[in-house]
Amino acid sequence: MKRSRAALCTVAALAVLGLYGCGKQEAPPPAPSAAAPAPPADLVVKIGHVAPLTGNIAHLGKDNENGARLAVEEINARGILIGGKKLKIELIGEDDQADPKTGTVVAQKLVDAKVNGVVGHLNSGTTIPASKIYADAGIPQISPSATNPTYTQQGYKTAMRVMANDVQQGKVLGEFAVGKLGAKTIAIIDDRTAYGQGLADEVAKAAQAGGAKIVAREFTRNDATDFRAILTKIKGEKPDAVFYGGMDAQAGPMARQMKQLGVKARLISGDGACTPEFMKLAGDAAEGFYCTQAGLPLERMTDKTFAERYRKRFNTEVQIYSPYSYDAVGVLVDAMQRANSVDPAKYVVALPKTSYAGLTGRIEFDAKGDVKNGAITLYETSEGKLKMLAVVGGGAPASAPAATAADTPKADAAKK
Amino acid sequence: MGVMNFEILLQQILNGLVLGSVYALVALGYTMVYGVLGLINFAHGEVVMIGALSTLSAARLLAGVLPGLPGPLVLVLSTLAAIPVCMALGYAIERVAYRPLRRAPRLAPLITAIGVSILLQNIAMVVWGRSYHSFPAYVSTEPFHFFGATMTPVQVVIIVVAVAIMAGLMALVHRTRLGRAMRATAENQSVAALMGVNVSAIISITFVIGAALAAVAGVMVAANYSIAHYYMGFVLGLKAFTAAVLGGIGNLGGAMAGGLLLGLIESLGAGYIGDLTGGFVGSNYQDVFAFFVLIVVLVLRPSGLMGERVAERA
Repeated sequence: MKRSRAALCTVAALAVLGLYGCGKQEAPPPAPSAAAPAPPADLVVKIGHVAPLTGNIAHLGKDNENGARLAVEEINARGILIGGKKLKIELIGEDDQADPKTGTVVAQKLVDAKVNGVVGHLNSGTTIPASKIYADAGIPQISPSATNPTYTQQGYKTAMRVMANDVQQGKVLGEFAVGKLGAKTIAIIDDRTAYGQGLADEVAKAAQAGGAKIVAREFTRNDATDFRAILTKIKGEKPDAVFYGGMDAQAGPMARQMKQLGVKARLISGDGACTPEFMKLAGDAAEGFYCTQAGLPLERMTDKTFAERYRKRFNTEVQIYSPYSYDAVGVLVDAMQRANSVDPAKYVVALPKTSYAGLTGRIEFDAKGDVKNGAITLYETSEGKLKMLAVVGGGAPASAPAATAADTPKADAAKK
Repeated sequence: MGVMNFEILLQQILNGLVLGSVYALVALGYTMVYGVLGLINFAHGEVVMIGALSTLSAARLLAGVLPGLPGPLVLVLSTLAAIPVCMALGYAIERVAYRPLRRAPRLAPLITAIGVSILLQNIAMVVWGRSYHSFPAYVSTEPFHFFGATMTPVQVVIIVVAVAIMAGLMALVHRTRLGRAMRATAENQSVAALMGVNVSAIISITFVIGAALAAVAGVMVAANYSIAHYYMGFVLGLKAFTAAVLGGIGNLGGAMAGGLLLGLIESLGAGYIGDLTGGFVGSNYQDVFAFFVLIVVLVLRPSGLMGERVAERA
């Protein structure tokens, strides 16, 4: 009932927006041409970015921030005009230490700083409590990596995400383990975070639906390095596969310890562990590992030069979600352009109508604020590399990859 | 299922002993400083981390200059390079953060200790970056079999080193002049000074020895988990501190006993708590279980398992 009303509201909002948007869209062209001789004044827009920049997943937090920073720098260089003024984005990077309490403190800090929009947070555990603060303040928030379904199910108009959620991801993982790997018995471990636990529950659900038996359900912490006790217990249950819901920093040592203890099961994990960092940490124990990313692989992205630009700017490799934080900034700016305003109250109504040709494919939102047709990519490790096995979902870009690729330059040109 | 299978039980006990030895190695450093100064050096975990990361840097440098050296030799040489780094660090920490506060209320040095810990973490983050470092297997991490359980050579080295260091420290404290001066300082600084003990020098030496141990502990931990990171010292420090308190802080044998006990409790707790309670609580209660044991021990024996009641300090 609640959902259908939300959907109705969105439809109504879209209809109003459609009329409003059309009327408005005619306005900008004369403005720049009139203002063309004189350099337009700067319109300063503050975008907050939040991710853990310290602590044990600081490498992923910095990756997210780098993605957003690259987008901001490129957009500033492009000189977009909104209301006749040149858009100048300031990125305010904050550190939530992957801690839900710090997450809300930092969110309030950004609200007090009157940011126009927020990209973040990284973890589901920090994103969900922070989303209430942004929603109360009416500030649009786009998370590039919080995959827990709850985030967009709270009914906040301001809460969006640009990648698939854990219901989709868990389904793909569970079905893969049962269907493709033929696992009949599965042991499940999670790190007790909103993300790890949520994903593990979804995987368990999908695996059980496929007919597999969950023979062990074990837990660890997101700051642990020793898993021998729970792995030994799992060894006694002799499962065909072990699923871990958590991050690369734990999955890497876990893979090594499984090998040392002689646990024969295949290790499977979600996006948090599907990173180059995992490969480094697991070493030769990485062989035969399967994981998913809630999005498209770099080589399938519409702009192949992203990884190169990223490397040149930050002198490091893309970890995982920087393309999504890059797109999140793009989506915010796109909504601002369409609303012809940087006022959160004005452009937030333009967000649901987004149809943005991003790096990660065409981004459109459903009524809840989840990305439509979010792609899930399955990876397998072999010869020390993460190799793409299959892309599931991602309807729009997958069904017409050529069209999307061809569209992008045009769409970009139109924007310029 | 949950059959109490002998191989699994043996494996869990081995897991516990190795984990416990890791805790004990770090706990020895806590307990030494506490014994002499009555101060909980919360920065100790960070010195462990700096030890591991400097060893890694030294090993990379060594591999660049002299490629083809055998792994264990590289590890020993680079550990020897990291030890002076940590010793200097230990000296500096004591000189800068604790000595000026020696006559301050006891809470003040505790707060500076936490401050130093955060400072060192951030310095390490700047120097070594946010990424995890994979610690090369200089000592083999290939498992061998042992009555159906597996162990790696690194784990054997850890247990041996932990026992050797504890024995060495005990000999130092109880058999040497330096040890006597340390014990005198621990008992009463003013009287020790009157008896001709250079109290400041003894305290510095205690910190320097503790830091050297931290370097060795850091290398062992990094080698065992094949991982090194600027944040690795924090949780390890907390666990080792718990182990030291459990065994009786200030007592070297207690640190070892507390470490081993904590390791075994965690390991067996995580392994069997689910079966014992019929799945009512699982391995998510691993830490609760460990801290529950800590509380019980402290209620029954407030100074820890092997701690002695020391005379109140002036």
